[in-house]
Amino acid sequence: MYIFLALCVSFLLYSFSIYLHKPGIRTPEHFDETKAGRGQMVWQKYNCQACHQLFGLGGYLGPDLTNVLSHPQKGEVVVRSIISSGTKQMPAFSLSEEEMSDLLEFLRLSDACGISDPRTYTMHANGTLELPKRN
Amino acid sequence: MTYKWYLYTALFFLFSALSFGVLASYVYISPEFLKQGLGFTALRPIHVSSVLLWILLGATGSVYAAMESLSEKKATTSLLSLQWLLWMVAAAGILYSYLNKSFGGREYWEFNPVWALPIGAAWVIFVMNFVRLVKSITTWPVYVWMWLTGIVFFLFIFSENYLWLFPFFKGNLLRDMTIQWKVNGSMVGAWNQMIYGSAFFLMDRIAGTKSTGRSKVAFFMYFLGLFNLMFNWGHHIYTLPTEKYVRHLGYAVSMTEWIIFIKILYDWKKAVDVAHQQAHHFSYRFLLAADVWVFLNLFQALLMSIPAVNRLTHGTHVTVAHAMGTTIGINSMILISACFEFLGYREKMNRPWKKLLTFSFWLLQGSLFLFWLSLNSAGIQKGLWQLSPEQGSYSGMMEGLQLWFRLLVLSGIGLLMAFSVLIVFLLKKNPVQAGGTD
Repeated sequence: MYIFLALCVSFLLYSFSIYLHKPGIRTPEHFDETKAGRGQMVWQKYNCQACHQLFGLGGYLGPDLTNVLSHPQKGEVVVRSIISSGTKQMPAFSLSEEEMSDLLEFLRLSDACGISDPRTYTMHANGTLELPKRN
Repeated sequence: MTYKWYLYTALFFLFSALSFGVLASYVYISPEFLKQGLGFTALRPIHVSSVLLWILLGATGSVYAAMESLSEKKATTSLLSLQWLLWMVAAAGILYSYLNKSFGGREYWEFNPVWALPIGAAWVIFVMNFVRLVKSITTWPVYVWMWLTGIVFFLFIFSENYLWLFPFFKGNLLRDMTIQWKVNGSMVGAWNQMIYGSAFFLMDRIAGTKSTGRSKVAFFMYFLGLFNLMFNWGHHIYTLPTEKYVRHLGYAVSMTEWIIFIKILYDWKKAVDVAHQQAHHFSYRFLLAADVWVFLNLFQALLMSIPAVNRLTHGTHVTVAHAMGTTIGINSMILISACFEFLGYREKMNRPWKKLLTFSFWLLQGSLFLFWLSLNSAGIQKGLWQLSPEQGSYSGMMEGLQLWFRLLVLSGIGLLMAFSVLIVFLLKKNPVQAGGTD
């Protein structure tokens, strides 16, 4: 019983430390937090996570979109065009201009959070990984 | 209304999960399949939600069935019916939500969040009914602790799953994603407590002993499982740039599961000896199959929990292989075993059914192995692509995985066929009149 209670108290303390801690994110210039919040809802409304990932978390039919806006061969124009016209696998989505702009702001936020490319991680001898910092 | 209704409906959702799983996997080899209709964005959540309904209703039915034989009291019928009805309302709402592409939720819970309300209410009733039943048991074996832990923690974690609805939690993407994966990791641990608890109960019941649930080792393993439920979820987010201590704690705690792995190896001979005596029980066969799958999946999980290895497997189908291996190989095997036991099939069955069920059992194990292998192979190939300096296009890489995806679909059909025979047997041969009416 005492072990059970001790574990439960530790779990609650750990949970609240996670809730209250705010990880630092270097947001880009002219970043609009409200717009990005709405963009996250657009991401969920169209269930983008069924096929796409952020930081490797999500579905695996389509590519990871964490850094799609800063990718040299992709970027905003390509993203807009793929969403509007679709691809072989992906149907075309008729987002309103406001939804599209909100979604892009959300993707700017994910891009600002970090780099989702395993090639850039540094491995340590104890098996842990060092993630690269966003400039 | 009895616990049997939970098991019947759970079996129905298992069939739905398998059918939609096969349809969704077919998109991998034929990208335009149902593209203009339901599409992958709806097929995948229907599959996933059906799996969740199978697991949660199956676990609920098993716990009720076991508690009825342990407790001096009976579950309140009105509460039992109301709980079941709330689940059905939620299931109908979730399906309506997906068919109308009204998503709005998070991965694995993509439906409109309003349908979480009947699930939450059903779970509160479950807690009430369980507490009422458990009060009459004086000395609790380990599986009663496991059920209590699973039921209470599920309610807490399910509530945590909707914290994102509050602006405070949604305001920071990294914190939001950390909580999301804390929930996903711990929730699996919560239902595992309920299902593994039922497995311990079944072991004792089939063998006619009381030793499994009362040994010191069983309690040690229970606390180890609980410790992992609470703190090992960080291994899901090694690549998320959140605080280092979250990832390091997840890594350290995950490594304690080697103890469970070594214990399985140590107990192996004993398990094989018992298997010879109990092999005629289908219920026992599925429990033994679950043991083999625990061994394979735990070994895989331990490797994936080493961040340096996770760098190769994260964001690939290796993760799916692990998820499928555990939900089908462990959770479903135990729940099917529970269905055989609690729906009254320990007695001798006629020869044609026995032959057909034996064939289905082996078709299931063989198909699942190929299924697991195809996902792991696709995942490793994708992982190597992710790490290669000269990374080609994503569509080119996916094209290169076609062989594995074909094997995935084929073995998925094998799983559908094998499970269908079991479902038909458990539903058709055991009509409600045989003991399921009020």
